[in-house]
Amino acid sequence: MNAAVTVVFALLGVLAVGSALLVVTTRQVVHAALWLVVALGAVAGCYLLLRAEFVAWVQVLVYVGAVVVLLLFALMLTKAPIGVSEDLDAGLAQRVVAAMVALATGALLVTVLVDGFSGEVIDQGATGGAPAIGASVFRSWVLPFEVLSVLLLAALVGAIVLSRRDVPGAGAADSVAGGR
Amino acid sequence: MPLLLPLLVATGLFTAGLYGVLARRNAVLVLMGVELMLNAANLMLVAFGAWLADTLLAGQVLTLFVITVAAAEVGLGLAIVLMVYRQRRSIALDEMTDLHESRTAGLS
Amino acid sequence: MSVLDLLLRLVLLLACFLVLPLVVGQIEHKAMAHMQSRLGPMYAGGFHGWAQLVADGVKFAQKEDVLPAAADPWVFRLAPALALLPYLVVLALIPVGAGQAVVSADVGIFLVLAVMGIGIIGTVMAGWASANKFSVLGALRAAAQLLSYELPLVLAAASVAMAAGTLSLPGIVEAWRPWWLLWQLPGALIFLVAGLAELSRSPFDMPVAESEIIFGAYTEYAGLRFALFLLAEYAGIVVLGALTTVLFLGGWKWPFLVGGLGWLWTLVKTLAVAFLVIWLRVSLPRLREDQLQRLAWAWLVPLALVQLMITGVVRVMG
Repeated sequence: MNAAVTVVFALLGVLAVGSALLVVTTRQVVHAALWLVVALGAVAGCYLLLRAEFVAWVQVLVYVGAVVVLLLFALMLTKAPIGVSEDLDAGLAQRVVAAMVALATGALLVTVLVDGFSGEVIDQGATGGAPAIGASVFRSWVLPFEVLSVLLLAALVGAIVLSRRDVPGAGAADSVAGGR
Repeated sequence: MPLLLPLLVATGLFTAGLYGVLARRNAVLVLMGVELMLNAANLMLVAFGAWLADTLLAGQVLTLFVITVAAAEVGLGLAIVLMVYRQRRSIALDEMTDLHESRTAGLS
Repeated sequence: MSVLDLLLRLVLLLACFLVLPLVVGQIEHKAMAHMQSRLGPMYAGGFHGWAQLVADGVKFAQKEDVLPAAADPWVFRLAPALALLPYLVVLALIPVGAGQAVVSADVGIFLVLAVMGIGIIGTVMAGWASANKFSVLGALRAAAQLLSYELPLVLAAASVAMAAGTLSLPGIVEAWRPWWLLWQLPGALIFLVAGLAELSRSPFDMPVAESEIIFGAYTEYAGLRFALFLLAEYAGIVVLGALTTVLFLGGWKWPFLVGGLGWLWTLVKTLAVAFLVIWLRVSLPRLREDQLQRLAWAWLVPLALVQLMITGVVRVMG
């Protein structure tokens, strides 16, 4: 059983990393969002295998159901042609540097993690069902939870203010844009 | 399951996300890279939580918090992106140089 | 649960998934026709056109599978499957009788809401990949609609979960009492209205408004793929009916004839809700896009919050 879980996790991991690479390298802008769905879904599967059931479904509800739809929405409102767009990536030099930085970070992380945690084994006993999470959030983590709700309110207000067009002063900016 | 397996998957996601943030110039694609990096952090939190068999479930609770913050971040980020698009019909990040110190002034 | 048992349940599930949407579709044909003082299909199959949808299916299967030249082929082909599959998963989680769900999960209600949100990606994919302006407009409308109405939907469901003290669907039905019909009435109405909007059903069918944008995201589809989208719409009605039944109408509970026949009551209540959905389609004109958003944010969300508050107060006091 445990070996099967490990194998499935490895497959999901390969799927997640592979589609993540496609997200950042594809030259078709909407495909990036769709590969992101695959990557996030695979991560949700990883949570399930780690016995974090509730987190997995939150991941599906919030990320796949809302965040990706929002991203797709934004892509279509801006510019999302079918087929290859050439202007998604920065210049070659920047891409090479970016790849080097990313690979160096990855190498550093792998070194540290292998050095620190090779041989450690996750015991599959712990569970993350909804009752346990609920009790934990509302007993031990109440204060961060409340702070988070204030943060969400601030974000909500901010998003509304940003997208309003009838605020005094915003009209001037629009007319400047019209004159460009 | 060896602890290293989820950690390496998370590293892969983080590396891909970091490359995306640095190499893309479409603002929405950069946000996607940020999402990948956040997911990598989440996966690590959950994996370490499972490894420690934490009674407070800190790993999973923090993951929930990160997901919430990420949702707020995307909402605000996309509002800004759409605002920028409305003003200048482009969301290429390297064209937003209005507040950049002008090159000639910098040289002289 | 033995393998054979599971297999039997899966076969039953598949049968329900294929038959119930057809039943709802046929009810829609006939009920709509009679409400509009006409007969509806009368020839296929002989008796009052009962086989009309089977004939439609045969027709769809014979049609050419058109792929627009400018379309994105993979996304275009994948979209119908992605629109349909979530409903199959949700149907598997619905408990039709005591202990009679194909799959049972602790966090059932949560899982159902999470999976239902995925279907919209199928519509957005279809709209974008069709290389058609009207399709993109339809997809955008569908996405905006879903994002707005997800909130009241989840809040209304959360109210019931709070009342029952559990997230499991069978657990909610077990805890349900007849007076909840009154207590959770606002929640039930909000759930139904938001569900209608999520399914893009009348009066919230701007994503497919034929007089404005032809058929929205599905304009370019033909043949079997189009049939899959239609099936998804009717499966959506079945799922919405079943969920309303389980969450707000007491599932398999009824004053009499309960032992062993609970699934029948689930079915009857589900079809009753489906009929209501069809009735609303015939009765109400389509809303405008801004009216739709106003309804969600100015009415449904505050109402859902009030419902949540009432539920909380009753739970704490009672």
